[in-house]
Amino acid sequence: MTAENAAGAANVLVVLSGGPGGAGESLTKAQLELLAAGRLLGTVSAASTAPVSEGARAQLAENGVAAVYTPEGADLSAYLVGPTAAWLADVVSAVGADGGGHAAFGVIVLDNSSEGKEAAGRLGVRLGAGVVTDVVGLETDGTAHKSVLAGSYQVRARATSPVAILTLKPNSVEAAPADAPGLATITPVAVPEASLARAARVVARTDKPASGRPELTEANIVVSGGRGTDGDFGPVEELADVLGAAVGASRAAADAGWVSHDLQVGQTGKTVSPQLYVAAGISGAIQHRAGMQTSKVIVAVNSDPDSPIFEIADFGVVGDVFKVLPQAAAEITRRRG
Amino acid sequence: MGDTLKIVVLVKHVPDAQFDRHLGAQGPLDRSESILSELDEYALEAALQLTDARGGDKGGNEVVALTMGGPDAANALKKALQIGASSGVHVSDEALAGSDASATSLALAAAIRSLGDVDIVLTGMASTDGETSLVPAQLAERLDLPQLTFASSLEISGSTARIQRDGDGVAETVEAGLPALISVTDQANEPRYPNFKGILAAKKKKIATLSLVDLGLEAGQVGAAGSLTAVESAQPRPARGAGTIITDEGDAGVKLVDFLAAQKLI
Ligand SMILES: Cc1cc2nc3c(=O)[nH]c(=O)nc-3n(C[C@H](O)[C@H](O)[C@H](O)COP(=O)(O)OP(=O)(O)OC[C@H]3O[C@@H](n4cnc5c(N)ncnc54)[C@H](O)[C@@H]3O)c2cc1C
Repeated sequence: MTAENAAGAANVLVVLSGGPGGAGESLTKAQLELLAAGRLLGTVSAASTAPVSEGARAQLAENGVAAVYTPEGADLSAYLVGPTAAWLADVVSAVGADGGGHAAFGVIVLDNSSEGKEAAGRLGVRLGAGVVTDVVGLETDGTAHKSVLAGSYQVRARATSPVAILTLKPNSVEAAPADAPGLATITPVAVPEASLARAARVVARTDKPASGRPELTEANIVVSGGRGTDGDFGPVEELADVLGAAVGASRAAADAGWVSHDLQVGQTGKTVSPQLYVAAGISGAIQHRAGMQTSKVIVAVNSDPDSPIFEIADFGVVGDVFKVLPQAAAEITRRRG
Repeated sequence: MGDTLKIVVLVKHVPDAQFDRHLGAQGPLDRSESILSELDEYALEAALQLTDARGGDKGGNEVVALTMGGPDAANALKKALQIGASSGVHVSDEALAGSDASATSLALAAAIRSLGDVDIVLTGMASTDGETSLVPAQLAERLDLPQLTFASSLEISGSTARIQRDGDGVAETVEAGLPALISVTDQANEPRYPNFKGILAAKKKKIATLSLVDLGLEAGQVGAAGSLTAVESAQPRPARGAGTIITDEGDAGVKLVDFLAAQKLI
């Protein structure tokens, strides 16, 4: 890392998209993880793409954040990522090169959402910085661990450029309080106007009803239903709720309109890597496995003993989801008394 | 309407995910058993639907399939021509081997610039091998284009592109002026297959091959030398050991809970 502070560690910029907690006041678990990851590598500053409330600023200070950059002059959430990348490049240059001519930040950390990766890609072009996506582990020198080819290979990779950009998956680094608080000084940086003219604008936005369940990619436990539920996700949701789990689905279930497409797990859906993944009435097609096979423990319930999902299950039940899931949910409730 | 469109569709030749895929110790992917990326078929279909509605090739529209890769990658172009693309462009040069997303987008951006005025660059939502989704965003940045990504549907009216996208907890309508880069998901359409007529017609269609010199790039700007990331090691993940499989005899739900308790998951 070139941009080193007095202590010899890198200056790290952590990007908080949507501001702390989206529209809310406090940081999400995933954002706390990003800050903890940043602290592994050096001194952390934050760029929040939305305004930061006083409460959130205090929380950033507790998490050791030195400076907090906020956008001024335009609402970045009204556009897709182009202006965000342009603004982040300006944050980096506004902070300026240090006396040695090095960029101010040696590492920039973003979340691994599609927006996070896209912003990382465009920012990488602007800064001439290498981008490593899908990071699940970090070494203190910035070497990143990721899993590729649908989880079948583990790779160590690094950016060879002076500035490194990393996008970190949720649940990869444990959120932990900082040893020492930071100042969290708010510094507004103008959104470059030229980036707005040719940007893609959001002209309508409809919020979907919130489920109250954990977010799929962040959840420790995921219970997914497939075509085998025959459209009745009741047993899947019931088991998910006793386990405090997120609900997922196969593409067949999402395509049938039984659940929203943002619950789809797989190659063209979400990649999840929870402690426990329960596949109910899912055959385990390669495109589905691509999104869940790095889960720590896999449980499958399927009436067909020849389903490929059993090849990767730690515990498989050849049986009917409508009998096995409700019985398991009731048994968990009973044991908890 | 009535106006014509020139669309470049990115088509990648990728290892077939139905087979085991292999990495060398330092990263490079074994590219035998490769096919036109399934996810790019949705982009090609979207391009053909837009141009068909404007009278196709005869109406003065053009769908150019573009790929970068070794000699075999021409197979992805041939398939795209059979499905209906008007022509193909193959960026191929030994110096490109080992390019990361940054170097790949540099070469592809140069190739697109060499095609003159283009209205739309269409891509799939991700490649099925690298899966980083970086290339569309980096291409948009290099070509100074607005990017409308993860479209589940799209329409062009006049010089405006409008897409629907289905995000986390939110559905959005997004607009941008042309030229623009658009990526489509597997929800966007149902890709067509090549038919006999298409296969015959493809034989007469042209594939242009572009080398680094044609693109005005130096060897040091691409390939491993021009890449900004490096793979230090790659290891196959240990195969999952065979688990316990039971057949429900009326108490499988209870046995499942015993297993979860033993694993300290409840
Ligand atoms: C380009 C592309 C991308 C794709 N991306 C994805 C993706 O991201 N995610 C994804 O999931 N798929 C994806 N697919 C689709 C994938 O190939 C499969 O079609 C899909 O995963 C099948 O879903 P399923 O397992 O629910 O349905 P099926 O394959 O129909 O399996 C249903 C299973 O339920 C079992 N069953 C039926 N009744 C019961 C019962 N009462 N109790 C217990 N078991 C029962 C059956 O035995 C069967 O095994 C993609 C496909 C393509 C071509």
